[in-house]
Amino acid sequence: MAHRWQNDLTRDDVTPYGAFMNRRQLMAGMAGLGLASIAGPAAAEDLKPNAWDEITSYCNFYEFGTGKSDPAANAGQMTTSPWKVEIDGLVDRPGTYDFQDILSEMTIEERIYRFRCVEAWSMVIPWNGFELADLLNMVGVKDGAKYVAFETLLRPEEMPGVRYPTIEWPYREGLRLDEAMNPLTLMATGLYGKPLPNQNGAPLRLVVPWKYGFKSIKSIVRITLTDKEPPASWNMYSAREYGFYSNVNPTVDHPRWSQATERKIGGGLFAKRIPTLMFNGYESEVAGMYEGMDLSKYF
Amino acid sequence: MIDKVNRMLRRVPVWSVYLVGLLAPVWFLYLGMTGGLGVEPIKTLEHELGELALKMLVVGLAITPLRRYLGLNLIKFRRAIGVLAFVYVLLHLLVWLVLDVQVPSQIWADIVKRPYVTVGMAGFLLLLPLAITSNNWSVRKLGPAWRRLHKLVYPAILLGAVHYLMLVKGFQIEPLIYLAVILGLLALRLPGRRRATA
Repeated sequence: MAHRWQNDLTRDDVTPYGAFMNRRQLMAGMAGLGLASIAGPAAAEDLKPNAWDEITSYCNFYEFGTGKSDPAANAGQMTTSPWKVEIDGLVDRPGTYDFQDILSEMTIEERIYRFRCVEAWSMVIPWNGFELADLLNMVGVKDGAKYVAFETLLRPEEMPGVRYPTIEWPYREGLRLDEAMNPLTLMATGLYGKPLPNQNGAPLRLVVPWKYGFKSIKSIVRITLTDKEPPASWNMYSAREYGFYSNVNPTVDHPRWSQATERKIGGGLFAKRIPTLMFNGYESEVAGMYEGMDLSKYF
Repeated sequence: MIDKVNRMLRRVPVWSVYLVGLLAPVWFLYLGMTGGLGVEPIKTLEHELGELALKMLVVGLAITPLRRYLGLNLIKFRRAIGVLAFVYVLLHLLVWLVLDVQVPSQIWADIVKRPYVTVGMAGFLLLLPLAITSNNWSVRKLGPAWRRLHKLVYPAILLGAVHYLMLVKGFQIEPLIYLAVILGLLALRLPGRRRATA
């Protein structure tokens, strides 16, 4: 890869509070000199991963029910082995790829990312996975491709939630090609070094840390390279509430609630809200892709 | 059969309904403090209290039809049920204000800008005078006006059901069931029906 993203955030690497405060003073000083933009990614002081139980018990995976604990209760019946992923559209080597064959070609690494749900809660999650760009390069992206479309498994006999037309099944999502190729964009296969639990989107899911969580589609069975913006489930359900981009943006509210703040899961009954960061704290890595775009229009 | 049930119910003291009714939120609070409501107890507590309030309002709305069509007499519990429903709505609102939204400026912004919050608040405001006048003194003082005033529970419960319907993500069944039941119970009160069964 020409431009691999270096994971400089690990559990042992959390900035000590004192050092963080010093850095803030430094940044304040730089702001005075008009140099704030070189200050780098947002503060890493609270990037303490959520516990395994928190990440695996509080999920949105409507194929298994709309309650937060429904996926943990019902997703166990989903068969994830064997698992095949159809990769088609504008690619050099289209075909049905076995998940294990994909894995054998990829390098798995750990990425500790913030995860911000559109419902204004958040977690910090230690994913394991590989860059989507590596997979796309493996199959070869043809010249005219501009977007990547994804589809979740639809298997009614194993998914009690799809009996109801909560949204139009199967679950679909999409990215612009440059977003898909961004080094931050991960195909997750694990959590805390263990295989991904079913409720979190086993065996293969997307993780786009600067976008609202629903963009990070789970249990992927199909990836299609196209030249047109692909349909995305929540956008199809309500375009005024869920934009195609859905970048985390504290200044653009959801019509039904504010996106300015969020609550990190795990703080108990008296957890304080914390400010939501632009692009979920990944502004320096991704803002360039949206230069010149009106983010309140393309929300 | 119904007579037997009515006789049994006559022996149930009203204070026991208050006791059981007030234990429910205490139990939820205890669960929330001890991890029993999952990893995001604030939203769960808020939702549970809201749904409990809606259930209690439905029970209150069912009392008259139950007596009229089945002969089941629950009238003596009606005030307790109404007062408890109001307590649940109030606690639901307090959890939203204090634990969920937290920021005072955002609370007002949400009430004005978010239709589902506006609808919920309107429902709460309609219930407020009913709760205040839910004592014997007010019943005597207001006379026939008291009955008219307490018909405000009809629009209030409708607003509650619409509030629930408006806040869910996607097409969900549960709020639609509440709305259907409430509309059914209200339809039983339409003037035409009353004459037919009088």
